Amino acid sequence: MLDAVGGTDVPPILLLIHHKDESHTTMFDLTIRKRPETLGWTAALIYCGAVVMSLVISAGMLLFQGNSPLEGLGLLLQGAFGSSYAIEDCLIKAIPIYLCSLGVAIAFRLQIWNIGAEGQFAFGAIGATWVAISFPGHSAWVMIPAMMAAAFLFGGLWGVIPAVLKLKAKANEIIVTLMLNYIAILFLDYLVYGPWKSPDSFGFPMTQEFSAGAIIGKIGETNLNWGLLICVLSGLVIYVFFRFTLMGFELKASGENVRAARYARLPYERLVIISMFLSGAFAGWAGFVEASATLNRLQPTIMVGYGYTAIVVAWLARLNPFYIGISSFLLAGLRVGVENLQLELQVPAAFGEIMEGLILLTILAGTFFVNYRFARRQRP
Amino acid sequence: MRKGLVLLVLALLMAVGTTQAAEKKMKVGFVYVSPVGDAGWSYAHDVARQAIEALPDVEVKYLEAVNEGADSERVFLNMARKKYDLIFGTSFGYMDPMLKVSKRFPKTVFMHCSGYKTSENMGNYFGRMYQARYLSGMVAGSMTKSNVLGYVAAFPIPEVIRGINAFTLGVQAVNPDAEVRVVWTKTWYDPAKEKEGAKSLLDVGADVIAQHQDSPGPQEAAQERGVYSIGYNTDMSSFAPKSHLVAPIWNWTPFYMEVLKSVKDGSWKSGSTWNGLAEGVVDLSPMSDLVPADVQARVLARRDEIKKGDYVVFSGPVKDQAGTVRIAEGAVPADGELLGMDWFVKGVVGTTK
Repeated sequence: MLDAVGGTDVPPILLLIHHKDESHTTMFDLTIRKRPETLGWTAALIYCGAVVMSLVISAGMLLFQGNSPLEGLGLLLQGAFGSSYAIEDCLIKAIPIYLCSLGVAIAFRLQIWNIGAEGQFAFGAIGATWVAISFPGHSAWVMIPAMMAAAFLFGGLWGVIPAVLKLKAKANEIIVTLMLNYIAILFLDYLVYGPWKSPDSFGFPMTQEFSAGAIIGKIGETNLNWGLLICVLSGLVIYVFFRFTLMGFELKASGENVRAARYARLPYERLVIISMFLSGAFAGWAGFVEASATLNRLQPTIMVGYGYTAIVVAWLARLNPFYIGISSFLLAGLRVGVENLQLELQVPAAFGEIMEGLILLTILAGTFFVNYRFARRQRP
Repeated sequence: MRKGLVLLVLALLMAVGTTQAAEKKMKVGFVYVSPVGDAGWSYAHDVARQAIEALPDVEVKYLEAVNEGADSERVFLNMARKKYDLIFGTSFGYMDPMLKVSKRFPKTVFMHCSGYKTSENMGNYFGRMYQARYLSGMVAGSMTKSNVLGYVAAFPIPEVIRGINAFTLGVQAVNPDAEVRVVWTKTWYDPAKEKEGAKSLLDVGADVIAQHQDSPGPQEAAQERGVYSIGYNTDMSSFAPKSHLVAPIWNWTPFYMEVLKSVKDGSWKSGSTWNGLAEGVVDLSPMSDLVPADVQARVLARRDEIKKGDYVVFSGPVKDQAGTVRIAEGAVPADGELLGMDWFVKGVVGTTK
């Protein structure tokens, strides 16, 4: 079922190695060959092996610092998944990562390299905040849908700009989306340092606290907010979109082979615009949830790099909405769990970043073994 | 597989074991916004934490590089859940998250640095760094030849603006012709960017670089170009021995010890503390030999006057950039005015936006 929405096979990093010719010579008289068959369970095993390998290296680092590696990894797991609080924390942390990543994956599916989720996130937050502070005092039934619509539109339109520039001016979307991030963040700064600055913040850069109706509520007695529901529904909608709609099919087909798609008279330009709009819109929703549910206002510290994390998560999950959910949750777990490890063993904060980098590296390396195999070179 | 599980359970038990053994001790936590190795803001707090660590009946832990906003809320929450008795959060952006958590955990005492909100069990504290900055301005004003001073500043918030103003008033007290040029980096801790900020000021002719950042990046830029610099947070002379004149510095240890004691004996009360030179929470680092003896004597004399309350920094008349008198002749500004300061004094070149 999930294969239907599975992504392209070769991550961009491997495109560097993967030229048009079928095989490469290595110094050990081996060749690298693309696997003809797709691996099922073996692939899962390779990925698990990759994670285990990164954990082993991390354990080695703990040992090097004079800590017990087992205790360290235990603390990590305990902090991330060891209690209902911990799981709640991970889910809360995963929400913005998931929504950004879902968005990024839509554009990537069409082989449009949207690096701009960070800026689209910022604009979503700006849109939602604009509604929240312009029309305060309405009930949540009015405010939340209005803020969602504004965030969707603002984030989406910020995503459409690079799409238009790509189509009309042949501007490289990687550069344009990246640059637009800086513009979006500076614009957000301008708003909170300038016209939107709260009169009772002692001059500190932040908007007024949102009115009660503009704050996404908590789910029952838990710490979780209803943003989680937005994630689940968005994931389902994206799944249905790619699986059952004509446009979803066109998008996937164009992504796999642009030239063939054009030949088949698929509306490529329209697809680029729509995919970038949706891509930005979901990142915008992430900004809305962060501003409304966790900060209850707009302030510069809302920007912590979820838009960039999203790119990593989307690739780890091979652009599949369900896997994106899993990898956002696990990455959030790693970040939350490392705090526990840091607190109890007093390892430096950089340890978490190193672990994250290690996991990414080993999984990318694993991807290589899923797609390719070494074979002894056959002499003619 | 089973072996792995057993090991995992053992590891978890060990973790539980260590926390239980420590329960008799008082638990204190510090949360920093930048790495403690920054040689600046967080490092200054961590010096005090290390002093607390040396006490026998206290268990003290820290978390570094914690983002403001949602991440900090989770960190405070988890410390409170682990029954910490006292938690210090040392960044402005921790204010609202800490406030939220403080209401849910009334038994934990929260202390927030540099904000303005309090609750039943959350107090705030800060230091009158502007007093020490005024003194460092006197040094800078005496040493400049080009009469252009550079100031690498983090964010246009009242704390930073107040510091730039006090520095400028200090400069002008000894050298009315000098001007202070400000560049905003919009970062607290980004050594490369802060170094770049200093370079841009050097390019417009600044020959003394002052700074309000968490890193010694500006000092390094000044040393490379062979000009003087004024540090911040801690004595940064080791980073730029040929350039570093003096630094306004933090000395948190006495204050933190006092808070610790009051929490321990139950006398702690919520409130706002804003101590200065007189209490020793801020001070001036030893001046470099590069500073002539007469200048040193003049600065130290003013330091004593401020300590005794004979001289008040920001006492009127103080004019803003447009020349309008903002603090009248003979008037002393209320703390509220200083805490919300969002305008530059005359002599500053730059905007507060």
